[in-house]
Parts: sequence; C-alpha cells; structure tokens
Amino acid sequence: MHPAGSVILFTVASGLGFGLLTWLGLGLPDVRGWVAFFYYALAFALAVGGLLASTFHLGNPQRFLKAFSQWRSSWLSREGCLAVACLLVMGVFALGAVFYDAAWQALGYVGAALSVLTVFATSMIYAQLKTVPRWNHWSTPVLFLALSLGGGGLLAGQVGPAVGLLCLAGVIQLFAWLSGDGRFQARGTNIGTATGLGVRGIVRAFEPPHTGNNYLLKEMVHQVGRKHAVKLRMIAFALMIAAPLVLVMISSSALMICLAVTCHALGTFAQRWLFFAEAEHVVGLYYGKR
Amino acid sequence: MTTLPEPSTKKLGLVIDLDTCVGCHACVVSCKGWNTENYGAPLSDQDPYGADPSGTFLNRVHSYEVQPETGPAQLIHFPKSCLHCEDAPCVTVCPTGASYKRSEDGIVLVNEDACIGCGLCAWACPYGAREMDQAAGVMKKCTLCVDRIYNENLPEEDRVPSCVRTCPSGARHFGDLGDETSEVSQLVAARGGMDLMPELGTKPVNKYLPPRPKDVPADLDILAPYLEPVSGTQKGFLGWLDKALEKL
Repeated sequence: MHPAGSVILFTVASGLGFGLLTWLGLGLPDVRGWVAFFYYALAFALAVGGLLASTFHLGNPQRFLKAFSQWRSSWLSREGCLAVACLLVMGVFALGAVFYDAAWQALGYVGAALSVLTVFATSMIYAQLKTVPRWNHWSTPVLFLALSLGGGGLLAGQVGPAVGLLCLAGVIQLFAWLSGDGRFQARGTNIGTATGLGVRGIVRAFEPPHTGNNYLLKEMVHQVGRKHAVKLRMIAFALMIAAPLVLVMISSSALMICLAVTCHALGTFAQRWLFFAEAEHVVGLYYGKR
Repeated sequence: MTTLPEPSTKKLGLVIDLDTCVGCHACVVSCKGWNTENYGAPLSDQDPYGADPSGTFLNRVHSYEVQPETGPAQLIHFPKSCLHCEDAPCVTVCPTGASYKRSEDGIVLVNEDACIGCGLCAWACPYGAREMDQAAGVMKKCTLCVDRIYNENLPEEDRVPSCVRTCPSGARHFGDLGDETSEVSQLVAARGGMDLMPELGTKPVNKYLPPRPKDVPADLDILAPYLEPVSGTQKGFLGWLDKALEKL
C-alpha cells in the first residue's frame, strides 16, 4: 500500500494524543492549573493535529460532516464519531482541571474509555480489510493499542506502566512482522484464484491493461518501499521500543522522558511507514505483482 | 446507508466469456466514452499527451498466459470491471453513505455528491474495480450503465451496458443473474461460470465463463521422428547444381 504522509502523521500523532488523553482521563497524573493546561494542550494538539492531517488525503474534505453518519457499518465513521465524542468529554474534563481545580473523575473515566475506543477504531480500519492479509489479523489492533497507551504513558510520565506496554508492543510487533510475512501466501489467494484460471495450469500476467501507471498501482501496489524493509524494521524497533526503554530505565527525569518520547515517535513514524509500504493488496495479483 | 440491503431477487450483472474475448479493448474505450459524457463526474485523464499519461477507467482488459501441465500455453484476455458483489465490502466500509448497493436490482453505485474521496472502498475491493478520479476527487466505478439500461429514450437494443453493446465478438452478456431462467443464468450453468477470488466471500454477481478446451493437434505416428526423410534425386538444373556444388 502507498505510505501516504498524511495518514502516517495521522495515525502516529493521534495515537500518541489519544494515548495521553487516556492516562489523563484516568487521573494519572492528576494535574491541575497551568500544568494541566500544558498536558491537555499537548494531548489535544497531537490528537486534533493528527485528525486534521488525515483530511489532507481526501479528495473532497469539505464534505467531512457526512463521515459521521455511517457508524453502524463503517469503522472509519465510527472512528470519527468516537474521536469527536472523546475530545468533547475530555475537553470538559480538562476545563475542570485547568480552571476549577477539580477532577470530575466520572467524566475522566468515560473520556479514557472513548480514547481507547478511538484508537481501536483506527486500527480496525486496517484490520478489517481482507484484501490486505498482513493487516487482517488481531495483532493489528493489539499493536496499535499497545503503542498508543505505551507512548501516551511515556508522555504522561507513567514510566512503570509505559515500560510494560512498550515491552508488550515490542513482542506483538515482532510477532506481527514475522507472522505477517507469510500471511498473504497462507490465505491462499493467488493469481490462479484471482483469475479463476489456476485450475487450468500456471497463470502468468502476460500483458497489463495499460502501458502507463494508474490509481490502483500507485495506491495499492507500492513496491519501492519494501527494498529496505529489513533495515527499516531494525531502525523502527530500536527507536520505537529499545531506545525509550533503555532511556527511562537509566533515569526517569523529565529530560530523559522527553528524549524517550522523541525516540519513540520517530521510531513509530518508521514503523508506520513500513506498516503501509509492506502491506500487499490482493489486487496486485491481477498485475502479476505483490 | 452503507449497510447492505437484504439480497435482492433481481441481480443485474455481466457474464464475460473468456473463450470469446479477443482482447480488442473496444469495451474499455466504449465504457470510457459513455461514462465520460453521461452519469456523474467525467473520467479524467492526467497528462494524456505527455510522457506519463494516466487516467480513470471503469473497465480494463488484462491478458494472461496459462501453461497447462501438458500441451501448448494459452493466451486469455480478461476484461475486469465491478462485479457488483452481493456481499460488497466496498459498501460497508464507506464512512459517508456515498457507496451503496441498490435493493431493487443489486447494482453497486457511488453517490458522488456524498463521496469525500477517502479511498477506503478501493482498498476494500479485491478486484481493483474502483478508481479515484484525480480531477474530481471522487470514487468512480462501473454503474452497469444504469443510465442506459432503464433509459426509455434509447432504442431497445441500446438498453444494455455500453461495453456489452460494443463488444464485437459477443464476449459480454448482460442480464438478471438472480433469475434462473434468464439467458445469462443458463449460460453460466451450461458453461460452468465461475467467481473471481471466491475465498474472499464477496459473492460476486458477475460471472466468468472459462475458455473451452482447445482442439488437440492430430496424432502423429510415434515413429515419425525416426524415419529418414524421403528424398528423391534432383533432376534437371537443380540436379546439376547439386552435383556441381558437392564437387566444389
């Protein structure tokens, strides 16, 4: 799949933002006044900034209001509804913390739950697609949630739980990479089933329908990015999981946490880039490509 | 609403005969023409006369080589457009309700006024049947020429999809696949019509008729390769030339 910058920015930033909102909603840390202001400003900037970035890849973003209508069937619509609900609830909760020195905790718990559900809905946009076997697996939502809560935990200064969640994310990430590599083949969809001609012999794409490029090839048969996949996996894992763990274990000072979060965010960008670049869509089979 | 309707009894669709298709791409051109001039946003081209042309098409013809275990390879031309799936994954993923399946005849359409151009439906489609128009920013797909098949302003013989009307080899058939007695259903039954990627559970309405077995070449004598070629001695000028050249 084509790794669109806007979608990578969206999933990474809003993942961290909603992760931080989850911890803030739980009252971890229980912040008030100016400190709360900065915490919430950061969380909202990440979450809202990410959501805005996601609109950059739309063909007609001015019609975005319609995207809140199909929550019964569409994970993308659910994500939009949950994100707005979460931001509203956490906005009120933040008002209490910043201006009234109050923690309306029931509201906070609801906001935290909505934050988790928003990240889950984001992950399900990808995990639901049978056409992309690498994503179509339970490890996709688990990984998104572990990274969001782990990264958000670092931002919230919750070092203990963050370390645990990042370890979990690391294990799931390795599993997702290794098991994902063989899933396309394991699903049994190939050029033979795509054309229905597989029962007759070995099928080979002889001539494509067009000599130039097209939307399908650009969007879903992105092969360039896979060239350095192994190196990028190592870079992503080192920055996203290993470096933050080492840094916060050395010291849990604010500076160290900042450094750890920066490493984690950069690593997550690389990881998310790979998430798209390595994902193979079954439509490539019609072109004899993966 | 992008939830799927109850399966309709009428299931309009295409039956494509891979035995007859000659790969001329006339259906591609005809489809592009009709759907640029009529329903919805035109099918735009980008850099059409430049070095890197591309454009939106609702129908494309691939060609495949099939090498059986024994015998010669076969070339099969393979037109591909929306299969108007009964369990259409492109419909349920749509966040705006723009993508929908008609309850009356099962045609899958896009309401372009509601499409935000997110592209998720194209991701959900295994067949590459949906292409985002780069000029209009909305998703385009085969409409089964919904503006022809019910159009009483057209002569009756033209009330079929443009690709079907155009096909010079009769490789494309249009009809109600929900009606077992329809010509297309009988064709599918007689020729063993098949689904593409049935394992993905999309239940396509469109069917593909597999190529018929090829004629087998007449049996040759198995001893033929061991026989000496029968060659008479040349006479006349050629005989003289043969001898003269031998002596050289």
